[in-house]
Amino acid sequence: MVTVIAEISGNNLHPVTSQLVGAAGGEVTVLCPGGVGASDAASLSGVSKVISVEGDCFSSFDGGAWASALGSQCEGRIITAATANGREIAARMGAAMGVAVVQDVTSISGDSVTRPIYSGKAIETITVSGDTILSLRPNIFPAVAGGGNAAVSTVNQSADVATSVKEAIAKASERLDVSDADVVISGGRGMGSIDNFSHLEAIADQLGAAVGASRAVVDEWGMSHSIQVGQTGKTVNPSLYIAVGISGAIQHLAGMRSSKYIVAINKDADAPIFGVADYGIVATWEEALPALKDALSNL
Amino acid sequence: MADIAVLLKQVPDTNAKIVVNGGRVDEGAVNKWSMSPFDEYALEAALTQGGSITAITCGPARAKKMLTDAAAVGATDLMHIVVDDLTALDSNQISTILAAAVEKSGASVVFCGKQAADTNAGSTGPGVAEKMGAGCVTMVSELTGDSSGFLALRPSANGMERVSVAAPCVIAFDKMSTELRRPNVKGIMMAKKKTVETMSIGDLGVDIGSSSVTLENQSPPAEKPAGQKFEGAESVSVVVGKLRDEAKVI
Repeated sequence: MVTVIAEISGNNLHPVTSQLVGAAGGEVTVLCPGGVGASDAASLSGVSKVISVEGDCFSSFDGGAWASALGSQCEGRIITAATANGREIAARMGAAMGVAVVQDVTSISGDSVTRPIYSGKAIETITVSGDTILSLRPNIFPAVAGGGNAAVSTVNQSADVATSVKEAIAKASERLDVSDADVVISGGRGMGSIDNFSHLEAIADQLGAAVGASRAVVDEWGMSHSIQVGQTGKTVNPSLYIAVGISGAIQHLAGMRSSKYIVAINKDADAPIFGVADYGIVATWEEALPALKDALSNL
Repeated sequence: MADIAVLLKQVPDTNAKIVVNGGRVDEGAVNKWSMSPFDEYALEAALTQGGSITAITCGPARAKKMLTDAAAVGATDLMHIVVDDLTALDSNQISTILAAAVEKSGASVVFCGKQAADTNAGSTGPGVAEKMGAGCVTMVSELTGDSSGFLALRPSANGMERVSVAAPCVIAFDKMSTELRRPNVKGIMMAKKKTVETMSIGDLGVDIGSSSVTLENQSPPAEKPAGQKFEGAESVSVVVGKLRDEAKVI
């Protein structure tokens, strides 16, 4: 028996939910916070039951309230996404129920799970006993297909809310978030100045990619921390990561080394980034990016 | 002004190389131990609030130095719950220990990092909040107000949002705009004389039960096969071809 807490994004089911169901195996119940995405969850293959957990407490995110309202419907092992909200729900449920939480799990084999530690500089294998709560790293586990037809039931839950949203601030750009994107193109100090990021953005538009940056330029050029990739920024694992003018400090590598394919463009042939690159190109960005733009246009 | 407890963890410096020996990360090979980066932001935010600040850590004997460092920049009280091997404890046990320590400190507001730089988990802040019966806001990158009503900036599905929360509460910090202040000579001298209240889990008078996780093995990440390296911008089209035909990612 496994309970999956659906990951929701605004009024939609987040695609990572189908990965959680895929990883869960066996008889899966999906809980939809606030009833969001219940019909989509019911159509996922392998889901045997969907519970739409509704109540006033779901009007905005409050980890304690959500954990309390959802927790009452959980049975067996509990699985969440290792996103900000998924981790917080997992942590609060674990503390409330007195059970262990293992965050950011990247493989499950019965009671044996693995997770990266030290931002991926090492991996650990843990045996869990009894019903535990696991948050799973997105984009690692295969997603299930559609075609399911699970029954949806609705329960109403109330819970004490300790926080309230006073102001919503819309995203400055419509760009994809580096942690969600399937392709990420990042720039570092080698880009010379923040103005030159427009060249990365042009290629990001061609590829449908997110734009990331190293810590050095986020700090020095006053860029948004939300695009920082690395140990004190975001950990990403896209299918393709393109690093331009990034030397590859150990903290940066920690945030992107689990990407499926890595392309490095750097004028310094000895830059450490080439050590993790599948495809390295020793060239200046001034020469390489126009060539990349042309090559992509010709595909 | 409410008393604040700051939860700190000592971790290998983010520049440190992580070496695995015999299925365990070799702590002896860590050349520098530091306060976890996000905990530094939490400590700085507490110092900005002012008042009584209890720095609390749970960890082995080496972690005491980090508490002294916290005192050098202004932490008023230091509490060390000595646990030799944190990997033997599960998240629920850690939350239980730290919540008991917070209660002992008398603080109604808890600041901590959003996650520690070793486990990268993020279970502790919300876990302690749950044990305290307190509200919690995580991933906070800006904080205004005081314990009667904090306003915390956190990410949302559509961008960012400002969330209000009042004591008792836990605030778990992401990167903030202000780095942890540096100690001055007077601070360092005073910190040397500061008493660290050292205790065992038993001294806290809590029952943490038994751990439901067992660490089996730690290993280096899988080695990637050596990549292909090309010279000059003229190779870009070759690489794009390989991304399409070999890697099949574009």
